[in-house]
Amino acid sequence: MYDNLFSEKSLSDALQCLQNEIPFAIWETFYVTVLSTLLALVIGLPLGVLLVVGEKKGVLPLPKWVMQVLNVIINLLRSIPFLILMIMVFPLSRLVIGTTVGTTATIVPLVVAAFPFIARLVESSLREVDPNIIEAAQSMGATPMQIICKVMVPESVPSLLSNVTIALTTILGYSAMSGIIGGGGLGQIAINYGYYRYKYLVMLIAVVLLILLVQLFQSIGTRLAVKSDKRLKH
Amino acid sequence: MIEIRNLYKTFSSGDDKVDALQNINLTIADGDVYGIIGMSGAGKSTLVRCINMLERPTAGTVTVNGRDMGALSNAELRQARREITMIFQQFNLLMQRTCLQNVCFPMELSGVKKAAAKKRAMELLELVGLPDKAGAYPAQLSGGQQQRVAIARALATDPKVLLCDEATSALDPNTTHQILSLIRDINDKLGITVVVITHQMSVVKEICKHVAILDHGTVAEEGLVSAVFAAPKSEAARRLVYPAREGEIISDPGSETKVRVIFASAAAASMPLVARMARERSVMANIISANTQPIDGKTYGDILLGIPHEQLSAALDFLRGIPELTVEEVSDLV
Ligand SMILES: Nc1ncnc2c1ncn2[C@@H]1O[C@H](COP(=O)(O)OP(=O)(O)O)[C@@H](O)[C@H]1O
Ligand SMILES: [Mg+2]
Repeated sequence: MYDNLFSEKSLSDALQCLQNEIPFAIWETFYVTVLSTLLALVIGLPLGVLLVVGEKKGVLPLPKWVMQVLNVIINLLRSIPFLILMIMVFPLSRLVIGTTVGTTATIVPLVVAAFPFIARLVESSLREVDPNIIEAAQSMGATPMQIICKVMVPESVPSLLSNVTIALTTILGYSAMSGIIGGGGLGQIAINYGYYRYKYLVMLIAVVLLILLVQLFQSIGTRLAVKSDKRLKH
Repeated sequence: MIEIRNLYKTFSSGDDKVDALQNINLTIADGDVYGIIGMSGAGKSTLVRCINMLERPTAGTVTVNGRDMGALSNAELRQARREITMIFQQFNLLMQRTCLQNVCFPMELSGVKKAAAKKRAMELLELVGLPDKAGAYPAQLSGGQQQRVAIARALATDPKVLLCDEATSALDPNTTHQILSLIRDINDKLGITVVVITHQMSVVKEICKHVAILDHGTVAEEGLVSAVFAAPKSEAARRLVYPAREGEIISDPGSETKVRVIFASAAAASMPLVARMARERSVMANIISANTQPIDGKTYGDILLGIPHEQLSAALDFLRGIPELTVEEVSDLV
């Protein structure tokens, strides 16, 4: 299938696509990914906090059934393949955005898929906080809310940043998949050109650009995480 | 004043039960520096954590300045904890905050205005000798410096009581000495009652006025440090005051009886005891080990002698005739 990759026709198609469609597709992928991650963070961060503080020995123990329900919901959403989930949340997309196709509409399944993932990542970040430091705060008369906001979250910022970066790059991958339901962006270009029209060069270009985006997000995220960590002696 | 009455703490997980504390009764006076010493696992941390209710006792009461700590509501307890602060073996500073922000932390919790908190925090950093480290992060400091910041933080809410749980156990001897001096200064200047948890006799000797010896969850012995050192009564106290020294194994129990001579004054300590015994009673004693230590300006110490069985009564007769000496036969390597 890669025989005519660099034929004259293939090259001119690719050039045209690069000029007309790719710049906007990069932007679409970028904004869908970032916006979805932020929205998923808004839901996932508090849930991740609850997963840690709500435990029996946590700083804000919750009834056991609440924790069980929370865990079941998160595990359930995490076990549905994204391709299926995209279709399953059509009613929700219609309700929230008014449509099920288009770039903005894919934000809904992306957020639904990402927030349980982020909740688990936040959970693991918060568990890294030294329990002795939490106890020290308790010994100074901190309320559970103060412990969450002034100790647990700030102390795990470096870890949270690297986990959010993982989430961001994963969501970038999902957003490319959403090209199948007309999601726009680089994923859609790859599918339209590569799968439907056999223009593999364009597909490859789209894929390379996706890789570059992942690299970009990852290196920015890693740099921020390292820079924010005051435990390291810079 | 801290009063601990009939305190019990049992940890149970499933069928496993650990009686960490059993019927503890202690009274700690205002302004005292009170040591609680014991081997690892004796229940020291559990006891000190019961004072500020980080650990809920299974039974018994803890009263601090007239307030029954176990009866307080959550909000009242948080309020009370501002007056009973704590420092730890691992310092437990917030690693993502500067030293200044760490010292501000307890004031932030209690709603002190930012500018006022900052000013007070700077004063406290000055008090502990680290004004130049205000902007540094804990990871950039040595252990001793981190503990100083932790002490400044513990003083930020003007506490009446400072609890120190193995506060110097992670530090080298020199730094330990400096931190203990700082704690003593704080006790002197601010009149804060200090409870010192440790497994090291040297720490108790250096700063405590009173001591309780904790052994397997019970108080084995309690009293003035000088009194406990001069004449340890309990088995647990003796283990701490007369730690088994390497030399003790060189004595041959077949031919010698071991006799411990304990002296409670400089006069007794500086007497040429063994030489006089040899000349006056012809007892050929073997010095197995010897040790002296100053406590509260007095000299305490002990000598462990190996005395040939046939000369034992002559030796005991001689030794018991000397004032300020306590003499006892030692049956095993305790
Ligand atoms: N949270 C806990 N759960 C179960 N057992 C505990 C707990 N905390 C302490 N213990 C047990 O209680 C005993 C006393 O512990 P601790 O107070 O930490 O001793 P120390 O501080 O003197 O070394 C030990 O046997 C320890 O294993
Ligand atoms: Mg301990």
